[in-house]
Amino acid sequence: MELTALFLSRLQFGFTVAFHIIYPSFTIGLAAWLTMLDALHLATRRPTYRLLFDFWLKIFGVAFGLGVVSGVVLAFQFGTNWSELSRMSGPIQGPLLSYETFTAFALEASFFGIMLFGRPRVPPWFYLFSTAMVALGTTLSAFWIMVNNSWMQAPVGYAMENGIFVPTDWFAIIFSPVVWVRFPHMLLAAYLTGAFCVAATGAWYLLRGKFTAEAHVMLRMGLYLAAVLVPVQLFVGHLVGDYVHDRQPVKFAAIEGRWHDEQPAGEVLIALPDPAAETNRYELKIPVLGSIIGSMSLTSKEVGLTSFPPEDRPPVLIPFFAFRIMVGCGLVLLALAWLGSYLSHRNRLAKYRALLWLTFFSFPLPFIATLTGWFTAEVGRQPWTVYGALRTADAVTPFLTTRAALISLLVYCAVYSFIFAFGTFYIYRLLRAGPAGRLVLAPTAATPNRPMSIANEPASPELVAGE
Amino acid sequence: MVMFWVAVLAISMLLYVLLDGFDLGVGMLSGVAGSEPRRHSMMSAVAPIWDGNETWLVVAAVSLFGAFPAVYAILMSAFYLPVLLMLAGLILRGVAFEFRYKTQRMRWLWDVCFSGGSLVAAFMQGVMVGALVEGLPLIDGRYVGGEFGWLSPFAALCGVGLCVGYALLGACWLVKKCEGDVREAAYRLIPHLSVGLLAFLIVVFAYAVLENLPVMHRWIERPYLLVLPATGALAAIAMAVGVIQRQDQIPFTMVVLIFVASFGTLAISFWPYMIPFSITVEQGAAPESSLAFMFWGEGLFVFPLMLIYTTISLSVFKGKIDANSHH
Repeated sequence: MELTALFLSRLQFGFTVAFHIIYPSFTIGLAAWLTMLDALHLATRRPTYRLLFDFWLKIFGVAFGLGVVSGVVLAFQFGTNWSELSRMSGPIQGPLLSYETFTAFALEASFFGIMLFGRPRVPPWFYLFSTAMVALGTTLSAFWIMVNNSWMQAPVGYAMENGIFVPTDWFAIIFSPVVWVRFPHMLLAAYLTGAFCVAATGAWYLLRGKFTAEAHVMLRMGLYLAAVLVPVQLFVGHLVGDYVHDRQPVKFAAIEGRWHDEQPAGEVLIALPDPAAETNRYELKIPVLGSIIGSMSLTSKEVGLTSFPPEDRPPVLIPFFAFRIMVGCGLVLLALAWLGSYLSHRNRLAKYRALLWLTFFSFPLPFIATLTGWFTAEVGRQPWTVYGALRTADAVTPFLTTRAALISLLVYCAVYSFIFAFGTFYIYRLLRAGPAGRLVLAPTAATPNRPMSIANEPASPELVAGE
Repeated sequence: MVMFWVAVLAISMLLYVLLDGFDLGVGMLSGVAGSEPRRHSMMSAVAPIWDGNETWLVVAAVSLFGAFPAVYAILMSAFYLPVLLMLAGLILRGVAFEFRYKTQRMRWLWDVCFSGGSLVAAFMQGVMVGALVEGLPLIDGRYVGGEFGWLSPFAALCGVGLCVGYALLGACWLVKKCEGDVREAAYRLIPHLSVGLLAFLIVVFAYAVLENLPVMHRWIERPYLLVLPATGALAAIAMAVGVIQRQDQIPFTMVVLIFVASFGTLAISFWPYMIPFSITVEQGAAPESSLAFMFWGEGLFVFPLMLIYTTISLSVFKGKIDANSHH
């Protein structure tokens, strides 16, 4: 593909957003998990819950901090690379994104501080309340992002005035039915990410024969939650598919790998789409299933890509494969969650080391599913930025040079890889040390502004001696 | 409604300049700290608050996006490379902050990132202000100046000027927070930095008045507005007295006054233009329905909460730092 400023800008936005989403999708789930742990501790007074809470709070602090650092760029990127989009849809997207920032800041300003450093100073019920509010805050933050993105997928509640999207009905924008299937889908993805990270950590400790009491709690809670939520997620995912089917038929056709109209339509399980020949190679297809999935009918006609002019079609390969990877991850996780829960229920899980290994290695899958889900949604929306209303080619900064776009992409790649290496290593070290570490003591000079400082530990003994 | 968002934006930007100004300044000064104990004291003086200070940059950016999307689109796209370099500088120095205490062998690298990142970020902010004062070439509400349209001797001068200004803020902060030889070294730097800053401010003000007749008229028509630059001048004198008498609290208060006065002078010179002589506040503002939507939630409730919170976290962290503590 030719390196144009447009292509590089898309790559850069995709890269920085994909990188950023890793951390929020982890922290939203973790915040809910922490709330549950604190509630359980209040109810049962079992010290294990408190120990686990303090342990995961440290990881939450680091992941939250990394999410903030990687998110700063996004506040500027809409303007730097997508100036026409900002100018035209700023009256709608700007307020939505500013609500997101203000929500996150309000959260940091109030309950997050209590959660990190207020344990000795407030009554237990208030501490639980603060934790729940942090969970609510991260959820609200995700909500505004989903409202913003859903508006780009299915724009409503606006009028065009002098080439500007002027909001006429905020109620329609916020309570759009598209928001209310996509937001739960993202929220469940975050909860599942949290659940599998917790379960994988439990499996890891069992395999190493460490912290077995805590490990059992983590494994059990993670897997039980996942056993309930994965099927719900698959159902909600189907509802998301329904909206795509109704409102973005060409994206739906690309995901399905359906080149021509079919009646009744088959369902392509796997294939290698060939955009040049407008057909699939090595296709494995189940007849009629496509109509059932698309319209709950045995006879419906399902529309194919060639019914749309080529300039209105998205690239096929990325949505087609990203979608299948996402669903594949979902099915693997379902099997793991159900089998693991069953064995755990009968207290036999610890004997099946192979399953423990599988659970341990499952932790990247929810991240992969989340990212490929976003690739499906975003690449599938092409060639539009605001679906049906503003083309991506018209949204980019018109005078942006390829050279400038290339420089910025390289700089962001370098800086982000660097943070990622640092963040992953840091979280790994905390996880490896395990919950037996000393209880969190509020460092005297730390404030909620620096969540990462809660996990500060000297790197090595000689460093302490050296200072 | 437009005026409310002008106020929010102005307060956010001013807070950002003051708060991140002193920690960027400390960052630059740490590059010439000389010894590890000194550098450690300097970093401890900003460690608990730098992150919160930077939050105001994001708040200002999204307020601009939400309330003045046309201005946001022009500025961000016109300043493509300066914004990129500023963000890279800010991120690197942020990470360096957390990372320098995790290693000894590589510490020099993080120290370079810390002071270098601070310098680049401060310089780029100054360059952007300078280019804005000079005026951006616009046609039909879009920037047409090209990749390096922002680069000029005057903009570069403003970059240097802001670095000097931030370094002065940083030095005054160190006087306030530190003891021993860090405090002494900062006291010795303050006269040089403040003379540099005042010379720079006079040059910029003279340039703005001479190059732009509307600005000159503004000051001739309303001479009472000169109270702002006069306040700045008085604050400079008070600071000199504070430095001579070694009154640790005074220099920082006075340099803050100088910054507020300069900020006000700049804003008044160009009012009602957001992008001088092409886009006014009214022209740049989002439609009423957008502004009202933001006002009834984040404007009325969240913004005051943020101001209160900033006040509390600064007051929790008052007094001299303990030089022996771990950061």
